[in-house]
Amino acid sequence: MVADLLLNAIVSGIMLGGFYAAVSVGLAISFGMLDIGNLAHPAFVILGSFCVYVLNQHWGIDPILGAVLMTPFFFALGAALYEVYHFSFERRGEEGLRGLAFFFGILFITEVALILGFGVDYRFVQAPYIDVTWHIGDVDLAWRTLLPCLVALAMIGALQLFMSKTYIGRAILAVAQDSLALRLMSINPARVKLIAFALSIATASIAGALLIVIQPVEPSIGRDYIGRVFAIVVLGGMGSFPGMLAAALLLGVAESLTSTFYGPSWAPAVSFGILLLTLAFRPAGILGRT
Amino acid sequence: MRNRTFWLVTALVVIAVFAASRLVTNDYFFFAAYVVLQYVVLATAWNILGGYTGYINFGTAGFFAIGAYATVVLHQLWGPPIPLLILVGGILSGLVGLGMGVLTLRLKGVFFAIGTLALAIVVQTFVTNWDYVGGSRGVYVIRPAAAPFFGAYIHYLFFVMLVLAGLSVAIARSIEHSTLGFGLAAVRDDEQAAEAAGVPTLKLKLVATTLSGALMGMAGAPLPYYVTYLDPSSGFNLAYAVNAIAMPLVGGMTSWIGPLIGAIFLGVIQQAATVTISSSLNLLLVGAVLVFFVVAAPNGLIGLTFRRRGKAPATPGAAT
Repeated sequence: MVADLLLNAIVSGIMLGGFYAAVSVGLAISFGMLDIGNLAHPAFVILGSFCVYVLNQHWGIDPILGAVLMTPFFFALGAALYEVYHFSFERRGEEGLRGLAFFFGILFITEVALILGFGVDYRFVQAPYIDVTWHIGDVDLAWRTLLPCLVALAMIGALQLFMSKTYIGRAILAVAQDSLALRLMSINPARVKLIAFALSIATASIAGALLIVIQPVEPSIGRDYIGRVFAIVVLGGMGSFPGMLAAALLLGVAESLTSTFYGPSWAPAVSFGILLLTLAFRPAGILGRT
Repeated sequence: MRNRTFWLVTALVVIAVFAASRLVTNDYFFFAAYVVLQYVVLATAWNILGGYTGYINFGTAGFFAIGAYATVVLHQLWGPPIPLLILVGGILSGLVGLGMGVLTLRLKGVFFAIGTLALAIVVQTFVTNWDYVGGSRGVYVIRPAAAPFFGAYIHYLFFVMLVLAGLSVAIARSIEHSTLGFGLAAVRDDEQAAEAAGVPTLKLKLVATTLSGALMGMAGAPLPYYVTYLDPSSGFNLAYAVNAIAMPLVGGMTSWIGPLIGAIFLGVIQQAATVTISSSLNLLLVGAVLVFFVVAAPNGLIGLTFRRRGKAPATPGAAT
């Protein structure tokens, strides 16, 4: 019986971890590679959920398809945000403290704007696969968690390919390593960073759709993800996708085990506890270079 | 002005404000003024670390709630007088601040900021699961109807918070004009250079974190008596964190007067907006004001006035 419970907890933890990776991948780009502490990233994920919700409610568009349709808008939003950030902070070399405070403010504005627009009720979407569950032996596989996990893996795989194969992707990796060297080769780091940051916000649209497929969403639940995503990115070694994926799976399984055996109200402490321990003892992450 | 003179002047101001408040007959004034004063303490405390050293603390709500929940525990046990509660809350939060600092202050500033955010959530999770202090259901704290000498209990709470506000402003001012303050400013401007010049940066940062955390805890200690019903989501409200950052940024972070002005300015606006418009809109307002000031007026209201006189104070650099 316990083995049964354990197996189910691990499987659902892996599904959860896949979804966490989808939320974190944007931050792995913005915080891990570009050094932009985008605290508002989870708020944009929630914004993505609500966009998908509106599309689904009014036109019956499938949530994941809806999210893909929304990515250009999120890309544009990210580009605009980076312009403001670059103009006001990066250019003056003040990005550390003021940049964080800026994103903290953006987080609040997004959240309260959503509350004013939609209220604090939980919203959910409809799709044919949401109520389907497969039973394989003793293990229950719910499509509402399996599909997000698969989509997340596909998205991260695609991003990894993009980063390693295309010209722009390599330029982003280069800017993460040494932006001065890039400037010496007469490439404008700000342009590359603009594209990378916009891309990171575009992933929030997809992550938002996955979130609302998994569970009903209300505007302020984004805060719960701030610690998780930063924990995952730091634990994953700042900007390495495989490291981030490993960290996300680890966290997902740890949280799932905690909620199964100690109760869901303890789950938040797991991610933050792991984060604090990581910061204290292994700031370079599990797979990170020191 | 010498530090001793400043403490004297602060004490006189506190007495004068309190004397003036005896003329107010509307009790609502005391409820509103308490909140504004509480923000004066929080903003000043935040600025001791954030403004003077450039390390951002997102966990204000955590330190604040530690003070508040220390009060709840002691109240359940035997209900000691408020000054003692403030002392206990301050010591506890100070210790947590110290521990936090030991864990993360060796890292880049961004990591410290994220660590503080994490700390607030860890503490909140523990409180939510701790039935003795009410757990997620929350806890009722019955406050006495009246306090001797002060009349209505809220007048007493108002006086307590007024004294705390005076105390924290005087402490902040004293730090600014001491060796500690100069050391902290050196950390803010260039930590490596400061370290190289023999400034014991880690020690100074730890002192600042402890002091800042302790003041936040002290601000939280009387809270259960003020609200009479405390649950984790109100005690750990992120609004405290955003306000504690927004207020010094709006006022100006390089000097003690910045958080004071910012707290009074934003605090009064929010109290007015809560009464006249709505409470969720006033958070939007704070967020918008925060973003506006960070982008457009990096030195806050103080910076704006100094700039007009043509002697802008140095921009506090980023701690990276």
